[in-house]
Amino acid sequence: MGNQRGINQIDPSDNFDEIEPVGKVKGKEDQLSQAYWSLVWWKFKKNKLAIVGALIIFLFYTVCGVFPEFFSPYLLNYQSDYLEARPQPLTFKKPDGSFSLRPAVKGLDQELDLITRQRTWVVNEERIYPISFFVKGQPYKLLGFIPSNIHLFGIDTEKYPEGTAFLFGTDRVGRDLLSRILYGGRLSLLLGLIGQALTLILGLVLGAISGYYGGVVDIIVQRLTEFVGAFPDIPLFMALAAAIPVKWSPIIVYFMLTLILVFIRWGGLARQVRGLILSLREREYVLAALSSGANARRIMFRHLIPGTISHVIVIATLMIPGMILSETALSWLGLGLRPPLTSWGVLLQEVSSVRVIRFAPWQLITVPFIIVVVLGFNMLGDGLRDALDPYGGR
Amino acid sequence: MKQPLVEIKDLNVHFEVRDGTVKAIQGASFDIIRGQTTGIIGESGCGKSITAKAIMQMIPRPGKIVKGEILYHFRDKLNPSQEEIINITELDPDGTRIRKIRGGEIGMIFQEPMSSLTPVYTAGYQIGEALNLHRLVPQKVGDQMDTAIMEYRNVTKQEAREIAIDMLQKVGLPKPHERVDSYPHQLSGGQRQRVMIAIALSCDPVMLIADEPTTALDVSIEAQILDLMRDLQEREDMAIMFITHNLGVVAEMAEDIIVMYMGKQVERASSLKVFYEAKHPYTRALLESIPHVGKRDRARLASIKGMVPSPFELPSGCVFHTRCPSFMPGKCDVIEPTWQEIEEDHWVSCLLYEEV
Repeated sequence: MGNQRGINQIDPSDNFDEIEPVGKVKGKEDQLSQAYWSLVWWKFKKNKLAIVGALIIFLFYTVCGVFPEFFSPYLLNYQSDYLEARPQPLTFKKPDGSFSLRPAVKGLDQELDLITRQRTWVVNEERIYPISFFVKGQPYKLLGFIPSNIHLFGIDTEKYPEGTAFLFGTDRVGRDLLSRILYGGRLSLLLGLIGQALTLILGLVLGAISGYYGGVVDIIVQRLTEFVGAFPDIPLFMALAAAIPVKWSPIIVYFMLTLILVFIRWGGLARQVRGLILSLREREYVLAALSSGANARRIMFRHLIPGTISHVIVIATLMIPGMILSETALSWLGLGLRPPLTSWGVLLQEVSSVRVIRFAPWQLITVPFIIVVVLGFNMLGDGLRDALDPYGGR
Repeated sequence: MKQPLVEIKDLNVHFEVRDGTVKAIQGASFDIIRGQTTGIIGESGCGKSITAKAIMQMIPRPGKIVKGEILYHFRDKLNPSQEEIINITELDPDGTRIRKIRGGEIGMIFQEPMSSLTPVYTAGYQIGEALNLHRLVPQKVGDQMDTAIMEYRNVTKQEAREIAIDMLQKVGLPKPHERVDSYPHQLSGGQRQRVMIAIALSCDPVMLIADEPTTALDVSIEAQILDLMRDLQEREDMAIMFITHNLGVVAEMAEDIIVMYMGKQVERASSLKVFYEAKHPYTRALLESIPHVGKRDRARLASIKGMVPSPFELPSGCVFHTRCPSFMPGKCDVIEPTWQEIEEDHWVSCLLYEEV
């Protein structure tokens, strides 16, 4: 009798009224399952600040993260003859002096200040170089493999071989600051993203294990997070950064720094996940999964962690600026990235002297970029927090 | 022909908590018969659900099986003539063997259909999950002389989806091919319980443990679900262990009824006998406390006097003696009654039926 049972043998005499051909009915079910996310989107859209934040983040990641070669007028390490040149002012004049809608920059001349014996750059109102868009310039490889020499803007060097466009000025060795900020953003922003992704994985896994198993495992993981959290940050950074051999290639140093930051910062996320898992694991569906033979790993990763995701997305978003700021701080202290790598922290480190602030203050232009990105992430995170709980108040 | 499927022998489950030891089950012994519905009734906290979880080796911490065995008569679905007896209490709760039994051999459905489905997956996905773990599809890999060589493989995603739709149709969910993509919050309570039943039955279990499956549902849905379970049982020839505190439901469902009190079975008989010739004073008291429609005299509804004793300090002798209307001083509080068959297929543990 036993082997006669089988659910493949559907009894055709079952009189269920609405039997339609087996197959996926598109459209209708999509509407149903998208209810939550459309609510989230609807709520997110209403939050102006969150939209602004999302746009800022999107803009920065596109411009700095993916295509800095295209958006910057010069290459990262192109050294011009203009050492510590001040930003060239924008104007709307043609070289002959008449008005034009096409923006142009004024040229710079070097002068010797006879009192301070300092070489300075002064604006030459006579020399006007119109800015061309999608101009041919220095060759680069887009995304690392597409060869190109088109830049978003720049001076057409065939017409104006003397012309330069240093909108934010140049640094001590004559490199264009705007280009360096765009390139530097790539490392800083991607470090935030990669680091946060690793933190997320570590935090989710350890938090889930800790919350699901409880007992001794929980105690060990929790004491570990406390230990890491209680460690004084800066000395630990110094020790870890000092442990990175100087001979290592810059790219390995970059990833090591990311790992160090992850190591310091996973604890908070792990704790939050643990708390969520502690409450979720008491739900009946865990028991139901167990009673249909699921193992612990499956219950943790398939049934418990997805329930924490909306919360975790928010925490993770709000943690990214911390990651970026840590990189900046560490690099500024000389513990993080070092030249020839260029990140925002490295750029700031180059201006960390009174002389630069006194005589070349435009080099501090990096700071507003950092502030805007951090604010953008915070606005986005706050918006997500409100939106991902569409049934909540407010 | 009564073939036992699960034999529970002198099962003792203790919970070590801060205030002492709770003896949740003390010496439960009974059989679940193949292809038959066994009802387990008793008031809250008498060990019904713990017994069910013990069969699945799923007793929550800090509970422990301290004594006794649960013998599962395993028959390979592909070769049913051979029987192997597995002692479930000796299996590792996280081991592969017990996980094959959970879901694959013994399905379980719960009291709360509202929270028994993971909210982030569709009904079809959750049925497929069980199928993926337990369902094997025979596959002919070649011929040897005139006998085919068969191998077994796991179901594919597409097959799982089709089986899920079949199952949903089987449990009477309208438009199963649409419902298969529904998330739990899009289903009503009765529909969710149907999905739960579909999950439990999808892997062709030989036994279904239903732990108060209809308590959270309203009466009309309850009737539908009970009908469905009975239908499916007849079709699939599967044993059901039906746990409830609703006497009406159990009368309708079960062929055999086990009455439990304080972690012990006190009476076992066919459901007719339990309802019309109850022997144990506790069973009688339970039956008397059912309100009757049409009984219009002013008499108050009978209730069992006293309170359930504290699980930390169980009464000596018969555990029910503190509340028993037929309490015999000097006997019931001293001597522990034995489990004995007083008529054919009617087991009671009460000193009224013992010569002491």
